Amino acid sequence: MSDWVEACAAGDIDEEDVIRFDHAGRTFAIYRSPDDEYFATDGLCTHEKVHLADGLVMDDIIECPKHNGRFNYKTGDARGAPVCVNLKTYPVKIDAGKVLIQIG
Amino acid sequence: MTAITSSAASPRDYSLTGLDARLAVENGLAAAEWYHTEIPRKQMKELMQRSDQPAIRDTIIWLAAFIISAAGGIWFWGSWWCVPFFFVYGTLYGSSTDSRWHECGHGTAFRTQWMNDVVYQLACFMIMRNPVTWRWSHTRHHTDTIIVGRDPEIAVMRPPDLVRVVLNFFGIFDAWHAMTDMVRNAAGVISAAEKTFIPEQEQPKAIRVARIWLAIYIATIALALYLHSWLPLMLVGLPRLYGAWHHVMTGLLQHGGLADNVIDHRLNSRTVLMNPISRFIYWNMNYHVEHHMFPMVPYHALPKLHELIKHDLPAPTPSILAGYREMIPAFLRQLRNEDYFLKRALPRTAKPYREELHTDNPVAAAAE
Repeated sequence: MSDWVEACAAGDIDEEDVIRFDHAGRTFAIYRSPDDEYFATDGLCTHEKVHLADGLVMDDIIECPKHNGRFNYKTGDARGAPVCVNLKTYPVKIDAGKVLIQIG
Repeated sequence: MTAITSSAASPRDYSLTGLDARLAVENGLAAAEWYHTEIPRKQMKELMQRSDQPAIRDTIIWLAAFIISAAGGIWFWGSWWCVPFFFVYGTLYGSSTDSRWHECGHGTAFRTQWMNDVVYQLACFMIMRNPVTWRWSHTRHHTDTIIVGRDPEIAVMRPPDLVRVVLNFFGIFDAWHAMTDMVRNAAGVISAAEKTFIPEQEQPKAIRVARIWLAIYIATIALALYLHSWLPLMLVGLPRLYGAWHHVMTGLLQHGGLADNVIDHRLNSRTVLMNPISRFIYWNMNYHVEHHMFPMVPYHALPKLHELIKHDLPAPTPSILAGYREMIPAFLRQLRNEDYFLKRALPRTAKPYREELHTDNPVAAAAE
């Protein structure tokens, strides 16, 4: 059974932004969309393992800071070169002002 | 600026499949963690913000300059009055496309991605760089900047081939290699070096583009033969030769004469202050340390980025001329000793280079 893990407070992330969350030796990226929804993905770009939390969120896209590779952070879809492998996504819920992610 | 020499262990092997390629991986120079100046997230987000407006404005000016200069060149064809028009047209075609290809390849010029894609494809054709191959080679260039055996875009290898450098001001070697690569790709052949940085699923795209381009060049040559005139080739193809001078002039300054096999862009890249015309042609890539350190910052925000982090960077080279005054003697010294390079002095306010990264690295240690 997968556990829900508290990642941060909802207010820790600006709208249309991303923060890094490390847990149990793994790293994740937690997003807040322009529509004030929250999402979570693996924290490293599938291209060259760069932290996506240093990248730029534009609408539903996260752009890697190293090579500008783009993913849809809601679905994990890679959106063209140089990223070819999709990003793993995780369920997110907000509970009492906290962002929880379900880590498989 | 300090000049550094050292005794060479062995000549550099720039092949992407050779000895230095293997050593770079073994020594941790490949896909390493590079130094970057700390910038608060809020400021970094502001710098990274995309906007269509500056690039649309610049692209309208750029395309208008293309049309006017081409029209003038055609109108005055057969008289000396066509020369200044073709000078402008050629510089736009054979030089400004270098920066347009580059910036749109990063996806930072425009906020709207299809605009980046359109300018990217157009500029790639003019600068004769396969848009698939060069997207991936440039990705590697940013991962392993001036790492011998890893970076496929090292413009001046050591010891420098100065004949090649001079001839490239007229596009001679680059265009020749671009044409032979295009014909090879059009024949369905991806080289062993290309296979090291182009993923297998992307390779058919490189072949398809090469075939389209080859058809365009054949059609242009056929038109020139039909018209018994050089004019079609003056507009398509030849400007890559007679207009290459500016992109070579500025491109050599990016890394020429500086350190290799270091993982700090402050030491292997050069920021040069330039006149506004060159900065328009070059789309602010004169801020080259800043671009490499933060490649997601659009060209129009680089001057602001420079102001923000200059306390942590070597002093910018004050002009193109000053850049050549330090670079040419360095190239000449490298003819006798290929380990000679210009060591950038960091300001007192800067964080020092992390020398400890190279304590177990004989490749970089040889240059110290």
